[in-house]
Amino acid sequence: MTTTTRVAPLIDARGLHKHFGPLHVLKGVDLMVAPRELVVVIGPSGSGKSTLLRCLNLLETPDSGSVVVDGIDLMDPRTDINLARQRIGMVFQSFNLYPTMSALGNVTLALRHVAGKSAAEADVLGMAALARVGLADRAGHRPHQLSGGQQQRVAIARAVALEPRAMLFDEPTSSLDPELVGSVLAVMRELRADGMTMVVVSHEMGFARAAADRVVFMEDGAIVEQGPPDAIFGDATHSRTRAFVGQIRA
Amino acid sequence: MNIRGSWDRFADAFLNGRVLAKYWPDILAGLGVTIELAVLIVITGIAAGLALALLRCLGWRGLNWVIVQVVDLFRALPPLVILVLIYFGLPRAPSGFVSTWISLALVLAAFAEEIFWAGIVSVPKGQWEAARSTGLRLGQTLRLVVLPQALRVTIPPLTNRAIAITKGTALGSVVAVSEVLGAASSAMSNSYNASPLLLGAGAYLVLFVPVVVLGRFVERRLGPTAKPNHV
Repeated sequence: MTTTTRVAPLIDARGLHKHFGPLHVLKGVDLMVAPRELVVVIGPSGSGKSTLLRCLNLLETPDSGSVVVDGIDLMDPRTDINLARQRIGMVFQSFNLYPTMSALGNVTLALRHVAGKSAAEADVLGMAALARVGLADRAGHRPHQLSGGQQQRVAIARAVALEPRAMLFDEPTSSLDPELVGSVLAVMRELRADGMTMVVVSHEMGFARAAADRVVFMEDGAIVEQGPPDAIFGDATHSRTRAFVGQIRA
Repeated sequence: MNIRGSWDRFADAFLNGRVLAKYWPDILAGLGVTIELAVLIVITGIAAGLALALLRCLGWRGLNWVIVQVVDLFRALPPLVILVLIYFGLPRAPSGFVSTWISLALVLAAFAEEIFWAGIVSVPKGQWEAARSTGLRLGQTLRLVVLPQALRVTIPPLTNRAIAITKGTALGSVVAVSEVLGAASSAMSNSYNASPLLLGAGAYLVLFVPVVVLGRFVERRLGPTAKPNHV
């Protein structure tokens, strides 16, 4: 089953292959994401979902295939990947906030040094981004003074502040205590409501069901099946999808 | 032999007022030379070590191999051997002062490179990925994100190593540099008395005790924890 996108895709990745030594982690993956679409990628660990996500901003360079984001061919050697990465925000499982900086400092670093804003402009934009994730009152806190959920929301603000065209989330709630997951998912739902294009690798089935436009099931380096959440969770075509969905629900 | 007799002989040999009065200006001048050498060695050695560690971050395989070999060489050789090779081995021999400076700066650069490198490697990969994912370039990521974290863990071992190597300026006495030990040795030969050596030892204490204390202070401020992580 394939989903056809009527408008030109914002993310257009085709024929991605990636090897880590003898391991063939991506075996010819195609992923197209329409503007304002939210795609959740699920699958067992080691299925290549994180690698696929990391290929979309070239944190991993695919061995072959093409990645075009917002019309920019990331694999073209003439492309300035650092300029392109401004347009693709990324949020990590382990937050990866800079421990030497305050929450605001984390958010403004790239605004100043990549987007070329003055310190004053960056502070204004940074405070707006922190307000957006509900943490304006924590601007001066260092990461270690924040809870995991707050740290992840600062990380989201850091990415959002650059006004990216798309956001990539790599298991954003997997290292959070259960009671903190909701605050992060709430911020992601708001981003979605504001029309952000998002690709989310996640095991949060509730979130996928409620918020995703499309769920992609990966296994063994390939996309097995994709479709609307109801179809994937309720009535999957492939037995492997059904088995995986049944497993995580149990 | 009574205790009084032993003490008198010791005092005459090591705390001889006449000799001390005559030679203390030489020792003081030697202290000036030692300080000058120490400052030059620390600045150039640490700068060169940092430069090598940053070059290693570029990840050019051939270059990294060369850096590792050179660093291992200078860490393995006794500083005296390097000093003698430079002073006697180079076709246009540099002065004893310059030879001492270069040889100890090379040794410090080698150790500093390893310390900086270990500090850089200790910064989690996720920090690099977060920075690069926002469009920061390699150099910006190093300067703004990685080095500030790496330096916190490098400063204590770097201080210790700098002190240990700077004490090696005493080797300058081998190549006729009148630093503290050199000045003390000449004074000792001229006076047939060991008192200048004790004065020289005092000069080293005056110079290095404050540095050691400063090192401990920095370590306490920057170290991960001030206490061992007992359970």
